[in-house]
Amino acid sequence: MLRYVFRRLLTAIPTLFVIVTVAFFLIRVAPGGPFNQERGLSPEIRANLEAQFGLNDPLWLQYVHYLGNLLRGNFGPSYNLPDFTVTELFARGLPVSIQIGASALILALLLGGILGTIAALNQNKLADYSVIALAAAGSTIPTFVIAPVIQLLFGLTWKLLPIGGWGDGAVLNKVGPVLTLALPQIAIVARLMRGSMIESLRSHHIRTARALGLSDWSVVVKHALRGAILPIVSFTGPAAAALLTGSIIVETIFAVPGVGRYFVDAALNRDYTLVMGTVVVIALFTIVFNLIVDVMYAFVDPRVRYD
Amino acid sequence: MLKNMLKATVFATTMALAAGTFYTPAFAETVYNRGSAAEAETLDPHKTSTVYEADIIRDLFQGLVMHDQKTNLIPGAAESWTVSDDGTVYTFKLRKDGLWSDGSPVTADDFVYSFQRLEDPATAAEYASMLYPVKNAEEVNTKKGKPEDMGVKAIDANTLEVTLKAPTPYFLEMLTHQATYPVSKASIEKLGADWVKAGKLVSNGAFTAAEWIPNDHLKLVKNPKFWDAASVKFDVVNYIPTEDRSSAMKRFEAGEFDSYGDLPTEQLADLKTKFGDQIRVGPYLGTYYFAIKTDKAPWDNVELRNAISMAIDRDFLAEKVWQNSMLPGYSMVPPGIEGYTPALAKYADMSQIDREDEAKKVLEKLGYTPEKPLKMEIRYNTSENHKNTAVAIQEQLKPLGVEITLLNTDTKTHYSFLEQKGDYDVARAGWIADYKDPETFLGISRKASGNNYSDYSSPKFEEAMDKAAAAGGKPEERMKELAEAERILVDDVGNIPLLYYSYKDIVSSKLHGFDDNVMDIHPSRFISKD
Repeated sequence: MLRYVFRRLLTAIPTLFVIVTVAFFLIRVAPGGPFNQERGLSPEIRANLEAQFGLNDPLWLQYVHYLGNLLRGNFGPSYNLPDFTVTELFARGLPVSIQIGASALILALLLGGILGTIAALNQNKLADYSVIALAAAGSTIPTFVIAPVIQLLFGLTWKLLPIGGWGDGAVLNKVGPVLTLALPQIAIVARLMRGSMIESLRSHHIRTARALGLSDWSVVVKHALRGAILPIVSFTGPAAAALLTGSIIVETIFAVPGVGRYFVDAALNRDYTLVMGTVVVIALFTIVFNLIVDVMYAFVDPRVRYD
Repeated sequence: MLKNMLKATVFATTMALAAGTFYTPAFAETVYNRGSAAEAETLDPHKTSTVYEADIIRDLFQGLVMHDQKTNLIPGAAESWTVSDDGTVYTFKLRKDGLWSDGSPVTADDFVYSFQRLEDPATAAEYASMLYPVKNAEEVNTKKGKPEDMGVKAIDANTLEVTLKAPTPYFLEMLTHQATYPVSKASIEKLGADWVKAGKLVSNGAFTAAEWIPNDHLKLVKNPKFWDAASVKFDVVNYIPTEDRSSAMKRFEAGEFDSYGDLPTEQLADLKTKFGDQIRVGPYLGTYYFAIKTDKAPWDNVELRNAISMAIDRDFLAEKVWQNSMLPGYSMVPPGIEGYTPALAKYADMSQIDREDEAKKVLEKLGYTPEKPLKMEIRYNTSENHKNTAVAIQEQLKPLGVEITLLNTDTKTHYSFLEQKGDYDVARAGWIADYKDPETFLGISRKASGNNYSDYSSPKFEEAMDKAAAAGGKPEERMKELAEAERILVDDVGNIPLLYYSYKDIVSSKLHGFDDNVMDIHPSRFISKD
């Protein structure tokens, strides 16, 4: 297993290199640059700015410089927030996104798992229909609808939560963003869990277990759950990468200072270094979480072996 | 089993939620929570480029002169000044009690250093042109001159002399712009690039920067060293960026904001009903216009440009599309500049029906009818309101035989295309005043201007602008010449002014001193709260 993990991590290096290279040149192909704006700049002032950020060098040289800096762990300065380096922005924003994303993911996995299991155990009964309806609603109502409703109900009507802001990390400030982010994920997990649990409960070894007179608790938790959880494990990898790196909609509506907003804002502002920083962070998260999922597979399903 | 799982869910989520939590104790402080529609980009006055940091930098620093809450020019770091008879030499007497937030005195040398830093190409200041009227400033910025040759000199610690290339009556107004504010030479030399970090920033204004968490808040605290600290009412001013305007309205309603510097236009009518006088909408020095390719057929025909301009129903755009958050515009210079009367398009007094009849006649004369339509493309940068404006114009001109197609691109692509003089018909643009003078609106149509997206070129216009510049020492004559230049520009339809901007603020009735003005500037120094 250790050899497998090591091999996977080694193969991640060329993957990351290709991603960085493609992203570097793709963003430069996009028309417009970081200094195009409503108030046009004179050629001389533009030249001063380009010189400051090294944009007057040939593109290949800029690429070489970028790779060199990246190897030293230097993501460069942000073009649009020049008082901060990209590293500083991520150092401040990533913990915020991770807190929100991790809470939403835990909530989704546990609550979604419970709801899916309840539905599967009560197939074609009221509880099952309720979960199916909830899952359908949760996965079809977009977050930009859920978020204002939460603000309106919990913030303005009942005055239980602040409308927005981070509030220096106060728990109440996190509730709205976490709920908004979690609701669609709960729906997805519940649906996945219901399906896989039904399948698992119908399998031969569960039937055998029941025939042997094992208790419902033992059948469901010790035997069925293990098989049913595999699709959830597969889902968790990409979901974790997406949730932990922030959500532009949730962060914008709740004014949360995470990194989710950088993904789109940086691209729109042609903030080249910040765009590259976001690409690297997402790529790393995706690689790491996919690896974690593969490793977890081996633990959950004894048939899976990585040699 | 379920009970245990539910318990585990609640526990795990609570733990995750609580991660990183710490509470800030309550303070018996006077706090002003100031919502803004976007994040400031920088606290360095010499690297500033957006209106969002203008308010902040105005709170942090003090230029030689400043605006009061009604945008009257008042002394800032300079307590008085004199101007030579020929209007080229300004001598500023700095106030003796002017201090930096670290307690050191603000000296004339600081201003010499700051003006030179603004023009130094290594600073890469977007607003370096603010000091171009100063002798040799442009030369320094374009690497053709040395900083020591700039027309800025410290006569003594409290006397600063600035020599201009030519009389520039709006020079003092320009000095209200944040790009011309001083920075502490000692602090920059000591801290290098870190000098600008909140908590370390040394400034000479009413407040200092205590903490900046991007996309969350920028906390300013009262500067006890400020010469007029006794009259500053707030201990803390929090600038809170909230991009989502609907959320911002809810935050205001919930009391999280005392003011917010924008409004969701589509909700304006409802907001007025709900918040009454707390909604402030009024004239703002900005013009929303269409650039039109004046050097490309068929748009090189002034009659055609005029017909298109005439047929656009600006009242409809202002009332229906922009929900009265804009005003119909018929000139490049918006109203509101003292001593200047904008030159309106000649059809401004006609009824819309008459304008359309007149436009139709011209178009028919030029051979354009609904059967043989004039093809026209409108480019605009991404925004629901820009799109709605273009769509409304598309519908308005259709019956006259103008077939309009729309092309939307993101802001960077849009302005890159315009700056590179791309091939287009009509393109959306806007101009907000950097300082209170007609020149800022007319200068963009000069042949050499990088903002002359219409490629407008008129010797008569250039001559009138030159005459205005030459009349720098005679304000009335200068304004007359500028009005003459605008008359030429408007008659030539060098571009199509459509709307004048309005400021759109929501301000708690508990705030005092947040006075309406055409620049929409509101220094926290003059504001108080019940």
